[in-house]
Amino acid sequence: MTAARVRGTALDVSSLPTYGFSHRSIVWWATLGMIAVEATVFALAIATYFYLRSHATTWPLAGKPPDLLWGTINTLVMLGSLLPNHLAKKAAEKDNVSRARLWMAVCLAMGLLFLVIRIFEFRSLNTGWDTDAYGSIVWTLLGLHTVHLVTDFYDSAVLTLLLFIGPLEGRHMQDVSENAFYWYFVVASWLPIYLVIYWAARLH
Amino acid sequence: MKRQPSEQEIRDAAPRLRDGPGPGSPEARALDETWSDAPGLIGWFSAINHKTIALRFVVATMLFFGAGGILAALMRLQLARPGNKLMGPDMYNQVFTMHGTTMMFLFAVPVMQAVAVYLVPLMVGTRSIAFPRLNAYAFWVFVFGGLMLYAAFFVNAGADAGWFSYVPLAGPDFSPGKRVDFWAQMITYTELSAIVEAIVVITTALKLRAPGMTLNRMPLFVWAMLVTAFMILFAMPAVMLASTALIMDRLVGTHFYNPAEGGDALLWQHLFWFFGHPEVYLIFIPGLGFISAIIPTFARRPMFGYTAMVLSLIATAFLAFGLWVHHMFATNLPELGKSFFTAASMMIAIPTATQIFCWLATLWTGRLNFKTPLLFVLAFFFILVLGGLTGIILAAVPINLQVHDSYFVVAHLHYVLIGGAVFPLFGAFYYWFPKFTGRMMSERLGRWNFWLMFVGFNVAFFPMHLLGMQGMPRRVYTYQAESGWGQMNFVSTAGALVLAAGVLLFVINALRSWHAGAAAGNDPWGGGTLEWAASSPPAPCNFHALPVVHSRDPVWQPLPSGPPAQPPLPTHVMGLTADERQLLVTTVVDARPDVLHTFPRPSIWPFACAVATTVLFTASIFTAWAVVWGMVPVAIILTLWFWPHRHETARHLAMERKP
Repeated sequence: MTAARVRGTALDVSSLPTYGFSHRSIVWWATLGMIAVEATVFALAIATYFYLRSHATTWPLAGKPPDLLWGTINTLVMLGSLLPNHLAKKAAEKDNVSRARLWMAVCLAMGLLFLVIRIFEFRSLNTGWDTDAYGSIVWTLLGLHTVHLVTDFYDSAVLTLLLFIGPLEGRHMQDVSENAFYWYFVVASWLPIYLVIYWAARLH
Repeated sequence: MKRQPSEQEIRDAAPRLRDGPGPGSPEARALDETWSDAPGLIGWFSAINHKTIALRFVVATMLFFGAGGILAALMRLQLARPGNKLMGPDMYNQVFTMHGTTMMFLFAVPVMQAVAVYLVPLMVGTRSIAFPRLNAYAFWVFVFGGLMLYAAFFVNAGADAGWFSYVPLAGPDFSPGKRVDFWAQMITYTELSAIVEAIVVITTALKLRAPGMTLNRMPLFVWAMLVTAFMILFAMPAVMLASTALIMDRLVGTHFYNPAEGGDALLWQHLFWFFGHPEVYLIFIPGLGFISAIIPTFARRPMFGYTAMVLSLIATAFLAFGLWVHHMFATNLPELGKSFFTAASMMIAIPTATQIFCWLATLWTGRLNFKTPLLFVLAFFFILVLGGLTGIILAAVPINLQVHDSYFVVAHLHYVLIGGAVFPLFGAFYYWFPKFTGRMMSERLGRWNFWLMFVGFNVAFFPMHLLGMQGMPRRVYTYQAESGWGQMNFVSTAGALVLAAGVLLFVINALRSWHAGAAAGNDPWGGGTLEWAASSPPAPCNFHALPVVHSRDPVWQPLPSGPPAQPPLPTHVMGLTADERQLLVTTVVDARPDVLHTFPRPSIWPFACAVATTVLFTASIFTAWAVVWGMVPVAIILTLWFWPHRHETARHLAMERKP
């Protein structure tokens, strides 16, 4: 039985597990803290977008809204990556290393795909960061999210490498689970940003 | 290449000792060794013990406080008489910007976090802060950010657009050169550090509490730091976004604040004060925490109205996010909007008053022990109430417009911040100094220190109310003799020097007492929270046996009142590995034992990573591409930081129990 037991005036905790998933893990709490911070940054950047828009007579200030094609394709790719991400998380929580390896690798392949598509997204914004305030905030929104894609891709890659070659212990399954948790956030935060960048510039 | 440890290696790595026996046992000696930082130069830079890092952090923030204080004294000397020639307008602009920036970003918030890093693990009854390496990283990033700002100042590139760097003044057109860029990057450093510290404190308070310390029994100081940390998570991103947009406007030609291209100068004020007003409470709420720790000890009774106190802290935190526009009453915002912010500004007096009444009730019904820490707390009541009153005055739009940008505002903010944070902080130093060092500070010097600071402060800042009402604007490097402000400015300068003498006496007292103070013992004041159950200074592992908590004041009441329970209730924890840094993780609300987490050993990587981060941040002031190439060393170091050694994995596997 994995529980604390009272022995005399002492509470014996020696039989407790040495790691746990979700809110049982302290690293999960740190990840949640980072998510709170980054979600606040995204929310404020979106608020900035609408603040600037509320002061403009036309929006976009000059030129036309971003082309829909690449951004929409990328949204679908990101949503699609949730499936291998979910399967990697479940595999890790069942302590199945080989499945976790497999689905992490699939996730990474999709990550590579959406990073490449992201380049085309920047090319279809139809504005530059130094064109006007509209261009500045659109580039900042897309840039902020891209930073998350790059960092999440990189740390997932390091973790996947560890799964293949590194010295492994049970706690690394917890890392896989938390990595998937963060991936959810990176995809989920994209949806409002996608709507703002591609559709708020079209609504009048 | 064989990377996974073999069965034999895992067997050899198995731990031998489990904690439980108290001080003096072989297990206790093993714990002391396990939790110590390594000796030597590399060991010094690799240290991660929360007490080591916290003391360095406190010393660093106090050195910045000293630097900011010297700048304040220089300003007062310049203003002591009309037409003074001590410094010109350009130097004065740098001095007042550096003063405000230092005090807000390099002292007031980080010093509170530094004290929390020391005390929170002790108060919740554990052996470490959560994420000790990340904590060390945050400390080094903070130090390097502060040093960068001062290095720039010493080569005549000191920030000069005020501590809140309003655009368009701070924009590329009116502040060419690198001065404001250094300011904006300083924000990136200090806010990164503050956010990391906030996450560390939140996780420690929520997950590392001793068994039995339910949220409902958590010390009020820990509550205050928890609430502060949550506020940091939501406030600091605003200023990071704002300053990043500013530096991009300046360096790569974006137009966030440029009205000619659809940008807006007020956007800066909105983003800055969305952070800036909560910032005031980030400084003030830890001060409330100090007071809630000091008052019960010196009134010799439990705190009155615990639940009301906790709810007031949380209410203050929420309301603090609804006040930012009251810094912008002089802008062309809708009048209805301003009325809302007036109401919110007045409403925040309610939770503050609730706490003040609870403290008064505790003091009133207690048996008071008039020692230096209590004097500082009583001064808080006097000064903060005055600052709060002028705050209510300033919350009214018509008066606000009259005294906007005058010395009345300078007086108000110093009454609030020095009364609300600095006086409680000094009280806290006197209170916890014996815990930090094992020695008492001198009471006699403490009283002199207190009275010099109290009198000096009021003489320095009270006249500023009157000067402000007479129309003296803030941020001017001099004034004409005909204005008639000379006499009161002279009085104010004299007060500032007395205040400085008080701070100097504190430094002397601290240094003397550190070496020659009376031995303190574990609990010199008779406090009720768990840090007083540890030795002074605490052992590297804080507690040789982790406590089990049964009340809000576990030192005063180790077991529930009433007849002893049968079978007896547990008083301490046993079974953690003594030759590994293993710690008990408990559930968030009820603090039930849940998981054993093995903490990392000391490492040079946090320091190395902070150096790489410094290269990235500082170089990006000069070339935007540094953001790209500067990431490479950071990523490499983070990877090495994360990557496990085979021996480490063997040790972990030897202890592993799957959930």
